[in-house]
Amino acid sequence: MKTIDKKTVEKVAHLARLKLDDKELELYSGQLASILLYISKLNEIDTANVIPTSHALATLKNVFRKDCLKRSLTPDEALENAPSKEGDFFKVPQIIEGK
Amino acid sequence: MENLHSLTAHKLKELMARGETDPSAILEGVFARAEKVEPKVKAFVLSGKERARKAVAGTARKNGKLAGIPVLLKDNLCVKGEATTCGSKILAGFKPPYDATVVRKLEAEGAILIGKANMDEFAFGSSCETSCYGPTKNPWDTACIPGGSSGGSAAAVAADETIMALGSDTGGSIRQPAALCGVVGLKPTYGRVSRYGLIAFASSLDQIGPITKDVRDSALLLSVIAGYDEMDSTSVDLPVPDYSNALVEDLKGLRIGVPKEYFVKGIDGEVEASVRAGIGVLKSLGAEVKEISLPHTEYAVSTYYIVGPAEASSNLARFDGVQYGFRAAGADDMIEMYIKTRSEGFGNEAKRRILLGTYCLSTGYYDAYYLKAQKVRTKIREDFDKAFSVCDCIVTPTSPTPAFKIGERASDPLSMYLSDVYTIPANLAGLPAISIPCGFSGSGLPIGMQVLAKPFDEETIFRTAYAFEQGTEFHKRKPNL
Repeated sequence: MKTIDKKTVEKVAHLARLKLDDKELELYSGQLASILLYISKLNEIDTANVIPTSHALATLKNVFRKDCLKRSLTPDEALENAPSKEGDFFKVPQIIEGK
Repeated sequence: MENLHSLTAHKLKELMARGETDPSAILEGVFARAEKVEPKVKAFVLSGKERARKAVAGTARKNGKLAGIPVLLKDNLCVKGEATTCGSKILAGFKPPYDATVVRKLEAEGAILIGKANMDEFAFGSSCETSCYGPTKNPWDTACIPGGSSGGSAAAVAADETIMALGSDTGGSIRQPAALCGVVGLKPTYGRVSRYGLIAFASSLDQIGPITKDVRDSALLLSVIAGYDEMDSTSVDLPVPDYSNALVEDLKGLRIGVPKEYFVKGIDGEVEASVRAGIGVLKSLGAEVKEISLPHTEYAVSTYYIVGPAEASSNLARFDGVQYGFRAAGADDMIEMYIKTRSEGFGNEAKRRILLGTYCLSTGYYDAYYLKAQKVRTKIREDFDKAFSVCDCIVTPTSPTPAFKIGERASDPLSMYLSDVYTIPANLAGLPAISIPCGFSGSGLPIGMQVLAKPFDEETIFRTAYAFEQGTEFHKRKPNL
């Protein structure tokens, strides 16, 4: 495992839709590098034939329910917390160019 | 009657049954106590006084298992129409349109919800310092952290500002603050309690659980919140036992394993001495104690700090300023709106974990980090499977040190992450685990002992913890506030 440089942190930040100022970039690059260095300890373990665990318990299985109508949130309830709305819609800044 | 706030739920139930007190007196007792000590402790982020008084006066059920008992909720549990913020600016103004299943269950049994407790932002932390509301203080020494992330819940129980509380535990967030505040904190088995309405941190690790003043209350509260829920596909459809049957003062025939890897470099001398003395008490109560080995223990923190942030970065993608919470002003397009909202709305630790998680999941690094961690997680689980073939439960320290000073580890995330070295394995393996008071440091800070058992064997945990508690006095001591 490699450690992490500023350029990579900047790229990862963009993937996560975060913008870091120079101070944050400096801070997080250093901290993430030392965390990743600590984490690289995992390479000591041979996991060649090990099945990965995504959930701890074997009791978990796919859950299906009947496809039937049930009460859910009304449009008003769903929009109650919207920072911006118009009619029955969440309102966001313009996505498509033009006008 | 005085000092109702300092009693347990089961004691208050007895008093109410005998007509010696009533829900209104209990509620006002708790509020009066909070008024006095809250300026020092700062455990609450939202007081539900009005709602609680209304409930006591009329709407609350009068005959449930928790009738008239005040309960405080961690601020990541949704209550319909009540501000729920996860200690984060990005959820400012959010009022859930529905109740969490645990909230529904509490109210169905007559519990009185008295407000919301402070927490590390999105439960990211071990000290309650990353909350956007500022830190909660440890009631035993207000210069110290209460632990985290359920620090507000644990501090409020320790300070008698509530009778019981709920927390959530992803890597130790119930047990570590319970240990540091001298109260009882249980992380149930993964799947035992529905997470519907718990704002997700790491979905393969999160569990909701009780923080209480003694073991009997822990069993009582678990019996109310446990059980299958069709709204949480990870909740398990197994009957909920009557946990009070497990509260017996007899450990004869119980095989306790003590993992040698938990008593190595990094453990505080007073913590080790207290836990070893605690193990001696268990032995004197009839348990058979043997040394066991959990060889992959030293890899648990690394595994957790890949799996946890990876899942968190994915869960936190939903906070984008569109449907709820905070939206930053002044963005001209959609992507800019997302970026401004998230950059202004998330605090430092949240950003750090989102970055770490996104990195571990990104193309080219997924196999080296995320997949590798999932494989080591298998090794950690297998360690426990082997251990439980020779013992019924495992006893360890809960936290390597007592509470540390506010600010002491804030600038070094790695040292903060190592606070959870003993609690993380239970989450990775999905096991139930409790922390109970087992001693005090020379400077008067509480020390906790952890008991782990097989999946869905909370009964063995309660039996061990209850016998220990009845044989000791640590849970009776109160902080001087």
